[in-house]
Amino acid sequence: MPAFELFQPQSVNDAVGVLNRHGADAWVMAGGMDTFDWLKDRIKKPKVIVDLGMINELRGIKDAGGGLEIGAMTTLTTIANDPLVKERFPLLAEAALIVASPQIRNQGTLGGNVSQDARCWYYRAGWPCYRAGGNICYADTPTAINREHAIFNADRCVAVNPSDTAPALIALDAQFVIKNGGSERVVGADEFFVGPGIDITRLTSLQPGDLLTAIRIPNTWAGKGHYFEKVRDRMVWDFALVNIAASMNVSGSTIGDARMVVNGVAATPYRLNAVEAFIKGKARDKATADQAAEMAVEGAVPLLHNAYKIPLMKALVKRAIRGDAEWTS
Amino acid sequence: MDLLTTARSPWGESIFTHISWSLFWASLVGGLLFLLAHGGYMLFSQHRKRPSEEVDRLERERGGLPAQITRHGFVARAFHWVMAVSMLTLLVTGFLPIVGIRFAWVEWHWMAGVLLTASILFHIVHATFFLDFWSIWVGPKDIPEFKAEMQREMGKEDAPGPRPGKYPLGNRLYHLAVVVAGLVVVATGIMMMWRVRTGLVERNPYIFADVTWGLTYVMHGLMGVGFVGLVIAHIYFALRPEKLWITKAMIFGTISRRNYLEYHDPDRWVADRKKDVA
Repeated sequence: MPAFELFQPQSVNDAVGVLNRHGADAWVMAGGMDTFDWLKDRIKKPKVIVDLGMINELRGIKDAGGGLEIGAMTTLTTIANDPLVKERFPLLAEAALIVASPQIRNQGTLGGNVSQDARCWYYRAGWPCYRAGGNICYADTPTAINREHAIFNADRCVAVNPSDTAPALIALDAQFVIKNGGSERVVGADEFFVGPGIDITRLTSLQPGDLLTAIRIPNTWAGKGHYFEKVRDRMVWDFALVNIAASMNVSGSTIGDARMVVNGVAATPYRLNAVEAFIKGKARDKATADQAAEMAVEGAVPLLHNAYKIPLMKALVKRAIRGDAEWTS
Repeated sequence: MDLLTTARSPWGESIFTHISWSLFWASLVGGLLFLLAHGGYMLFSQHRKRPSEEVDRLERERGGLPAQITRHGFVARAFHWVMAVSMLTLLVTGFLPIVGIRFAWVEWHWMAGVLLTASILFHIVHATFFLDFWSIWVGPKDIPEFKAEMQREMGKEDAPGPRPGKYPLGNRLYHLAVVVAGLVVVATGIMMMWRVRTGLVERNPYIFADVTWGLTYVMHGLMGVGFVGLVIAHIYFALRPEKLWITKAMIFGTISRRNYLEYHDPDRWVADRKKDVA
């Protein structure tokens, strides 16, 4: 690995102090699951690494008025097994449980999972693409290998957000607590993730000096209908080709308010606003699901090798609306 | 500090990728410093117009001149303002993200670029066939005017030598700079349309080699930051009190007979009431 200066602060205040001192030269490391790939491949060469592993106040799950506040350094295994999460927000527990492998979930954190970088191999191989500060997207060319890339909202770069917990958190109206210096700001999950049109070199709104400290989930969707499904090439240790997270308020067979978010199809988790509005007040049946599925993929622009994501996404939307992972017709 | 950024292509070549954005700040600060320097200079400088007795004499001699003289026809004015809107849109969309105001700028940028390109093409045709094409250009023939203007700038108001025709020398030099920067930025911008999704052309980033693309981005960036300074200077001069009559002419189309005789050589710019000569 390239040489770097290592800081292991023991408090949030110390961490934000170090981050402010070093600005863009500093790299925040949570569980290290994304970090070490970059370092060992010598693609990213930060001068300073700030390891958050010693900060106990960033760990844990607290009750917050019927909702939850989860420390950014809480491991995915802890979240998947936590009784409060499973009781109130099984959607998040399922999403955390299906990330990568057990070993990675033991080490990987919620903050790291939502902040991880794009998996596009052109980018991760160190090619000078837009996301790396260059002026081309190698994945969006007539000869590119782009089976895993975006079908929505490609703005020069066609990389996708790879997180499993991100769509779940958006479907739960989560809020992200970010500290920078002496100030703290709270941003909605919708604002936390940014597309290439806004910032082509980042997947989140985190800027140099920022530290994601916690994620708050209000009680809005506690105990409501939840659905999460992830489709991947291998059933263990793989990123989603497409995943879907949904929260629904269902009364009898009628759908009320809903949140539906798909990931793996755009640079940000892709919220299906039109579908949410369409299904409100509709019966939870095949006809609604079929129409919603068609609506969900409107505007999709497939690349050379990823048109399969359109029928895949339609199937996931249908299943989420029916609340039945076995439902195929 | 590197003025241009480079990268290693997948084939191992060292290629340019962009200009350093510090050049944007350099252009911005340069434009503002020029504004301050010129503003300070103008506090002590005389305006380069004819003495009033000479203007009175010219008015008597040229009694047939109309009270209002057409400086810019409607079509020329419409072009100017369309180009101004598109240029400001291009600068705002291109550089606000650099200063930290982030938004989805690419679509606005290329659409403004298409508008600018169309307006420039129109202007070339219009100026070539319907206006006095050579009145805006500079060349060796303007050296006597340049000498005389420099002497007048230095305070020698009665310096011999020609006065400007329709366009003052500074105006013509500015136009030349805008032509060079504008054509480069438009040509490179058109090439870059193959890099983004526009629906106008089939996207293909491989139509040029990486080296060519690098130079394209660098030239586009250099001319773009150049326009920051040029536009600052242009707006500054348009708003200077002694030049407002020129600015008003770009809105209303005409100047007064008095302004015409004060600032121009009526033999080099022959005014005609019925025909817009340039």
